[in-house]
Amino acid sequence: MNVFIGYLRQAGTAARFLLLATVVLGLLYPLAVFGVGQLIAPFQANGSVVKDSAGNPAASALISQVSADDAGTQDPAWFHARPSAVGWDPASSSASNLGPNDAKLLDAVPANRAAVAQAEGVSESEVPADAVTASGSGLDPHISRGYADLQIARVAAAHGLSTDVVQGLVDQRTSSGLEAFLGQPSVNVTLLNLDVAAAGHDD
Amino acid sequence: MVFSTASFITQIVVLLLALVLLHKPLGAYMERVFAGSTHSWPERVFYRLAGVDAGTEQSWSVYLRSVLVFSAVSILAIFVLQRLQGVLPGSNGLPGVDPWIAMNTAISFVTNTNWQTYVPEATVGIFVQMCLLAVQNFLSAAVGIVVAMALIRGIVRTKTHRLGNFWVDVTRASFRLLLPIAVVGATALVVGGVVQNFWSTEVVNQATGVAQVIPGGPVASQEAIKVLGTNGGGYFNANSAHPFENPSVFTSLFQVFLILLIPSALPYTYGRMVGDRRQGFTVAGVMAALWLTSTALMGWAVASGQGAASTAAGGLGEGFEQRLGPAASSLFAASTTLTSTGAVNVAHDSLPPLAGGIAMVNMMLGEVAPGGTGSGLYGMLVLAIIAVFIAGLMVGRTPEFLGKKIGPREMKLAALYILVTPTLVLVLAGITALLPDVMANAPAAGPHQFSELLYAFTSGANNNGSAFGGITSSGPYLSVMLGIAMLLGRFLPIALVLALAGSLAQQRKIPASSGTVPTHGGLFGSLLLSVTVIMTALSYFPALALGPLAEGLIK
Repeated sequence: MNVFIGYLRQAGTAARFLLLATVVLGLLYPLAVFGVGQLIAPFQANGSVVKDSAGNPAASALISQVSADDAGTQDPAWFHARPSAVGWDPASSSASNLGPNDAKLLDAVPANRAAVAQAEGVSESEVPADAVTASGSGLDPHISRGYADLQIARVAAAHGLSTDVVQGLVDQRTSSGLEAFLGQPSVNVTLLNLDVAAAGHDD
Repeated sequence: MVFSTASFITQIVVLLLALVLLHKPLGAYMERVFAGSTHSWPERVFYRLAGVDAGTEQSWSVYLRSVLVFSAVSILAIFVLQRLQGVLPGSNGLPGVDPWIAMNTAISFVTNTNWQTYVPEATVGIFVQMCLLAVQNFLSAAVGIVVAMALIRGIVRTKTHRLGNFWVDVTRASFRLLLPIAVVGATALVVGGVVQNFWSTEVVNQATGVAQVIPGGPVASQEAIKVLGTNGGGYFNANSAHPFENPSVFTSLFQVFLILLIPSALPYTYGRMVGDRRQGFTVAGVMAALWLTSTALMGWAVASGQGAASTAAGGLGEGFEQRLGPAASSLFAASTTLTSTGAVNVAHDSLPPLAGGIAMVNMMLGEVAPGGTGSGLYGMLVLAIIAVFIAGLMVGRTPEFLGKKIGPREMKLAALYILVTPTLVLVLAGITALLPDVMANAPAAGPHQFSELLYAFTSGANNNGSAFGGITSSGPYLSVMLGIAMLLGRFLPIALVLALAGSLAQQRKIPASSGTVPTHGGLFGSLLLSVTVIMTALSYFPALALGPLAEGLIK
């Protein structure tokens, strides 16, 4: 009986403790971080949303934004992002989670490779690995420098821009310095396509 | 993608420098946090409101009862409130959570596992994430730390039943230790690009016509404690691979730093508390040796790019994020499995076979290098007691550990501790492997199917929470079985550690003699290292041979 009462008393303490801890750790703490974030880094805290030349929110700099048809084929007028297991939908996020020898991957990867080679008019051996593999999040906005370079001619032609101009845009959006050294040189496709749109608009 | 060795080594050096620099001040701070008998005024208010008698200390059994009751109440509350999500504010329009998923998730977060059988974006709204799950990120981490403190007190104290007060310890671990670091960490993460708001944003690209709803949420605050408390439950399904949780290679390295921060400073706390800092350095040395070896092996295994898919793709890529790259992902994968974290910035399921195998071995080591917050240290101290026993057998003396006799009772407790997780993993995975209906939840073919299953139970029983994501575990059978693995894998070891602490605390201190095996220095460190590795190898080798080793041998 004493043991039972001991447990009951502990349970009461536990419930009150949990409630009080929730007020501090589950409400005050996130609200404090929210306040500090809005004060010192509102751009990042609100999703790194970038605006177009008209000032309207156009995209998040951190999330892939892809124009694709129902079959998942990306619009040839723009730089393409990496394959995505979630169809580039920011309402979800996932990798393919297929094993390193999985038969589905062994079908998908060569098919992706053939499609990219055809779209860019290059041989299959020139297609880099990031172009044919799904990212960990499905929302990766970055591609390798190699994959961006493959796409310059196609995108330049679609927008009536010279390849030099588009090449310059790619250079600007390629990570450099410590970021590229610790990670790898990467091109942000979401931002690059906004640049292309703006450049095409100017002409 | 190419594995950059230069980047890998640079990141390791930067990380180790930061941890070496901080382990003394943080370790000393943690000693002070748990040593003092004075309470600040907010704490006194907190104790009064919660009905905590902060002045009394508890015996091991009362301390354990507090752990169990607190955890049981938390599990129940989280379960019920998840079920009620649909009628509560902050649901983001989502209905009550499926009962099996709610049960599994409640256990998962209270046990510091953070196995996620649910898809966060489609299952839980802001209220569940912020007020239920993230709170447990603090409290479950605090529970691990205070159990380690109780064990050290048991080693240090003599002829007493008292091991401290659980409620006071958890309060201090949460508010004096975890919360301040989390605030700083979360702020740094926001600056680094992690989201922290309470709304989503509609964007429209006028040029392409693409409209998107950019999600929001209190991500940074959850992210900071997710890694600091070695929890690992992501705000988003893709976890630290998601650009909003981990926007750059810098935030990725910072998250690894936060994962290792407290576990790597705790040995220094231990050394100070036992009054012999060499003890702490020896434990830290063993942890560092294991961490470095395993991390290097992970780098090597990823760099190999083994696997038919990588060969077909012409390099690494599947499951990796371009902005992070294979080096940062290898470092993250090693550290998340060597601790009880389980956050991921790459899809572990798609890693080269031996890299996936190393992730499993890291967990099978018992997550002691440096392990979860607190759980890594108490795991390593139990292994040290086993090592002392083996050394005692060799010299023919009754084993002692820091002036305490390791008698039959202590040895039984330590041996049981070592047996708990391998038994859970192998028995539960073994039973499940015989059920074809359940195995259909892991659609992979050949040895990889068994790897996905073995990974799931290894992760659950060791309270890690990372997964080979190809397995679907949201059905009743796996929800329950993994729930059992998480519960027993958390609380049986805690019960045994607290019993051990109680047993040691009752003894008087015996002076060291010429026959005493020193528990510091290179010789003992090597012994401890060998014991840790051999225990794992003996327990798990056959299972590993059927999964990742078999896969790694397939060309």
